[in-house]
Amino acid sequence: MSAPTFLRRPNRVLSVYAILFLVALYFPILLIPLFSFNDSIYVRFPLEGFTTEWFGQLWDRQPVWDSLWASVKVGLPVSILSTTLGVLAARSITRDRVPGRSAVVTFIMLPLVIPTLIFGVALLALLSRLGVPLSLYTVAFGHLIVCLPFSVATLLPRFEGFDRSLEQASADLGENGWWTFWRVTFPLVMPGIVASLLLTFTISFDEFIMAFFLSGNETTLPIYLWTQLRFPQQFPSVLALASLLILFSLPLILIGMWISRLGLHENTTKGAKT
Amino acid sequence: MNGNDAYISIRNVSKFFGTFQAIDDVSLDIAGGEFFSLLGASGSGKTTLLSMLAGFEPATQGDIFIDGQSMDSVPPNHRPVNTVFQNYAIFPHLNVRDNIAYGLRKAQLPRAKRYEMVDEMLELIKLPGYGTRKAHELSGGQRQRIALARALILRPKVLLLDEPLGALDKQLREQMQLELRLLQRKVGITFVFVTHDQEEALALSDRIAVMQGGRVLQVDTPAGLYESPNSRAVASFIGNMNFFPGKLRRNGTAGAVVETEGLGSLRLPQAPNGQPDGARVQVALRPEKFDLSVTKPDDRPSVEGRLANAAYMGERSHFYIAIDGREEPVAVSAQNRLRFGAPPGSEGKLWLSWSADAVVVLDAE
Repeated sequence: MSAPTFLRRPNRVLSVYAILFLVALYFPILLIPLFSFNDSIYVRFPLEGFTTEWFGQLWDRQPVWDSLWASVKVGLPVSILSTTLGVLAARSITRDRVPGRSAVVTFIMLPLVIPTLIFGVALLALLSRLGVPLSLYTVAFGHLIVCLPFSVATLLPRFEGFDRSLEQASADLGENGWWTFWRVTFPLVMPGIVASLLLTFTISFDEFIMAFFLSGNETTLPIYLWTQLRFPQQFPSVLALASLLILFSLPLILIGMWISRLGLHENTTKGAKT
Repeated sequence: MNGNDAYISIRNVSKFFGTFQAIDDVSLDIAGGEFFSLLGASGSGKTTLLSMLAGFEPATQGDIFIDGQSMDSVPPNHRPVNTVFQNYAIFPHLNVRDNIAYGLRKAQLPRAKRYEMVDEMLELIKLPGYGTRKAHELSGGQRQRIALARALILRPKVLLLDEPLGALDKQLREQMQLELRLLQRKVGITFVFVTHDQEEALALSDRIAVMQGGRVLQVDTPAGLYESPNSRAVASFIGNMNFFPGKLRRNGTAGAVVETEGLGSLRLPQAPNGQPDGARVQVALRPEKFDLSVTKPDDRPSVEGRLANAAYMGERSHFYIAIDGREEPVAVSAQNRLRFGAPPGSEGKLWLSWSADAVVVLDAE
């Protein structure tokens, strides 16, 4: 058997395994919207009947709206600030002669692998020691730490992906560094910026641990959701809320991922240098 | 100003990258309106020298003057030069018109005037009506022209070209060479052209600087470089060359004699400058300067040889002639003027002859 045929040979065992894996991964999530329309406060089969009562309950409950608004108030500034810092970091990493470049990148990416729990506890200890009152500001600060690695990871390939000679050409045609950034660099990394905004907003919106440790009187949506789990009669509306979160954050993530890949391979103007 | 009419004056410029010396004490004068080429293999420093002219790399030592102005500490965006990059660096997010008009922002022209200038440029590069094309819809040759237009619209004092034809296929390259030369005459701007392609440099340039290892070996006209190279490195980089080691004998008259290995005693009508009597030299003769004949020619110097190898190239053939006193056969190039001409000397012995004034005498290595 020739090599390409061998490589392209369909492997039934692996296919079955892949399908089982995906089902195990996403099946529990599919249950959430299913039971949020079920006419019973207990999550169990058989389903009893179709109802939109739980969604109606959500609509009338003021704390839901308050915590939703709190999440947006945290998420928007966090995504903008994190993306701005990410742009600056990615630009500096790719353009300037940074000593110990890979060490810097590792350091920025570290919050991805350090448990958020540790970060949360450490921040809480530090803030209470400093006498900073817990509020949405402290939550936002925690979220910034969580989001920054995602911003840098989204933006870095963008900055690496385009040809340095484009910026040189801009300088050659008379533009200084500032105008070169606005006229060449910014439009070319734009998809990365949009992707980073969407991604970090979603992460902040969903984040629980930091918010749990660092929030004061106002709570974000995931915290509110968690507090409602104590009341069994509230559970169906928690499911309804979770369904809505899936409905909104999944497309956001998918759009973000799609945009971040947009045009990344269209830059064919890479050249060899003699 | 430094007392001559040079438009670009490169004065004792050196460039170090860490401990590596990319440019070694280069001085060059380029006249206004000249088509000047920097020719060398990769790593010869030609591209580094061009980046220093553009302002992307500062010189470690020395200074560059353009139109009498020192370029030391003048950033790229304030230099009176524009560059056509090797990969053209067409902005992928802008259409052709916005690419060409990119450098006009500071001129603060009304839009109509700007578009008019772009249309003029498109006319000049023979791409009229291409203004609204997207960057990714362009072919290599079109990109190259647009990169030219984008630079020329700013009417720079000097246009720098970094191997702009390297990415094009052979036919297109030859066509663009011709157009580039015509364009340069038309706009009258000084062109500094970097290439590793010796044929391209010969075809386009008014003068060429041959570079190797960060140094300029020789600056001359194309014919000057080809016919009177000053070193073995230049002679073998441009075209093909046969070298014969020998010894120079001055006989008190204007002429001289070189006793060579292979070609015997060569009488030179004009003695070369420099080398003393008895100096070890090498004689260089281009393959096309030889003639092959079956009988011994009586009016020119000749040696007897034997055909060792031949290669048919279409318009010309290459013959390799083995001669006594020399290990390596002599390369001879002859035009195939007859349609059914038999290769000379295929039946055995033949005579290799040359004219005395084709002989170039170089220092021995």
